[in-house]
Amino acid sequence: MERSYEKYFRQNRLPHLWCPGCGNGIAMKAIVQAIEKKGLSQDNTVIVSGIGCSSRASGYMDFDTLHTAHGRAIPFATGIKLANPDLNVVVITGDGDCTAIGGNHFIHGCRRNVDLTVVLFNNKIYGMTGGQASPMTPLGKKATTAPYGSIDRPFDACKLAIAAGATYVARSTAYHEQHLVDMIANGFDNKGFSFIEALVQCPTAYGRKNKMGSPANMLKWMRDNAVMQAAWEKLPDDKKQGEKFPIGLFYSATATDYTTAYDAVIERAGGAGK
Amino acid sequence: MSKARLMQGNEACAEGAIAAGVRFFAGYPITPSTEVAETMAKLLPRVGGKFVQMEDEIASMGAILGASLAGMKAMDATSGPGFSLKQELIGYAACAEIPCVLVDVQRVGPSTGQPTAPSQGDVMQARWGTHGDHPMIALAPWSVRETYDATVMAVNYAERFRTPVILLMDEIVGHLREKVELPEPADLDIYPRRQPKKTRAEGYEPYAPDEDLVPNVADFGQGYHIHVTGLIHDDTGFPVGSPKVTEESIRRLHEKIDRVGEEIIHTEEYFMDDAEYAVVAFGGTARTAYEAVAEARAKGQKVGLLRLMTVWPFATAAIKRLAAKVKGIMVAELNYGQLVGEVERAVAGQCEVQLCRKYNMQSFEPQEIAAGIDELVK
Repeated sequence: MERSYEKYFRQNRLPHLWCPGCGNGIAMKAIVQAIEKKGLSQDNTVIVSGIGCSSRASGYMDFDTLHTAHGRAIPFATGIKLANPDLNVVVITGDGDCTAIGGNHFIHGCRRNVDLTVVLFNNKIYGMTGGQASPMTPLGKKATTAPYGSIDRPFDACKLAIAAGATYVARSTAYHEQHLVDMIANGFDNKGFSFIEALVQCPTAYGRKNKMGSPANMLKWMRDNAVMQAAWEKLPDDKKQGEKFPIGLFYSATATDYTTAYDAVIERAGGAGK
Repeated sequence: MSKARLMQGNEACAEGAIAAGVRFFAGYPITPSTEVAETMAKLLPRVGGKFVQMEDEIASMGAILGASLAGMKAMDATSGPGFSLKQELIGYAACAEIPCVLVDVQRVGPSTGQPTAPSQGDVMQARWGTHGDHPMIALAPWSVRETYDATVMAVNYAERFRTPVILLMDEIVGHLREKVELPEPADLDIYPRRQPKKTRAEGYEPYAPDEDLVPNVADFGQGYHIHVTGLIHDDTGFPVGSPKVTEESIRRLHEKIDRVGEEIIHTEEYFMDDAEYAVVAFGGTARTAYEAVAEARAKGQKVGLLRLMTVWPFATAAIKRLAAKVKGIMVAELNYGQLVGEVERAVAGQCEVQLCRKYNMQSFEPQEIAAGIDELVK
């Protein structure tokens, strides 16, 4: 059976290196389905990734693709977008890549409102290196570097993005695949910094350490604990406790994106058309 | 009407970069290189180019690599601490073969050191700062005008060899103001961005080396769907865990620059015709050395000056020739002793090698180098 989105993959680079049951493939597929949905040109779209499990996605996707250094995808992407604003620039990153080693770049990308679409594959752990705690590992959860449970308070990357100035912020999960496609596709419509957190299951490192069961059980955990934003807002505070978390569109705003702002600088400096 | 202008080394660097076609600059404020960024912020938008002040040193290096991959000639400027922070991405540029120029206006280290004081302590960091085996080109101008020329040359080498090039300036030259007359941009030889020679249908491989061993990597947006990574990769650009490919690709990175050898190793000789002794120096220190050597000649000492404009690749052949000719060589450098090791290696015992060093925030006085010369010829 031919699937319409298969043309967006480098078939000769598959199968991927992710573990059986990993959620990264679902998030990667959601990105190309969103690209298909919005009709973005394959020749004119660049996929930029950092380092880690998430960031191996770029190698499988049939676009101009850039697998950068750990944490640095957003600065590279900023350079690409400024150099050629006609390109659609999509960043794939992970929880460690984006909010630990790349944390400063993340908030400043949001602040500048560079027209990028950043998709964070959040598996709540460093998978590639074998399961160390990340800044998005929940309190009390175990990792190889948090054998007694993490005492580091985690980031809510969506709240961080909103506070830092991103103009489109949403979350979805590997379980809610079509919803995730919509959240990413709507992000493409925003001319500015768009951030989508995609919760993905890591059965090998995070799941095993925290006795989450099979990949299917981890997906069911997403089904049972994710609450659509509209419903979440109506929940009383005592129902927002535990492992429940909101998904959906959290924030959108209209603000001048960085390349448009810089075009005005060129105009003022007298360099237009040069 | 004379076109002469009073200009600072850092400003000449910025103007040279623009003349060479640089249209993207990302940077982070750091003394004593900041004027390069400030000049770029002012001049780049006038020619339709873009300047961005990034959140940190690493980000600015990342941004120029992204811009370069998207087709713009790109540059960044920094000093010691920033140079240290950028090392990982300098290696990325070497491995992924991304053209870029990084200006390092050296100051006293280690660490925060002495922020505005001159030093030449980054000689070895320029060569070996990033991890792993990689080639390196580093140019060290000694005047404001030469800073302009060396920047043009650095941009050209970066594009020709698809490699990072370090413009190894020092505070002396960076903050020096001199009267200069710059060439007309139209009179400069500018190396254009390399272009693919095949279509995808013809089996284009982005990292397949051309005859000069340099690949013609497509720019993003040209429709080639290339993959760029800092992992060791084969001609397709995709990572492979193969010992054979790893060995071949690391060898090619070196050979693409080694094979041109002397062509990019620029040196100058002064008072060398009948010299029995020689001073070797580069950058701002070479100015003082020149004066000291000229005074020594006036005193009847048979001493000359070999100035290295290219610091890396090292001028091994020039030093070997020098060692065969003179009785002794003195290396004058504004650090605890870095270049002298390379000189000793090239001399290989053919003559005496002496070090004249200084690392106290101050540039050399001619009499300090003269005292070294007195010692050398004794």
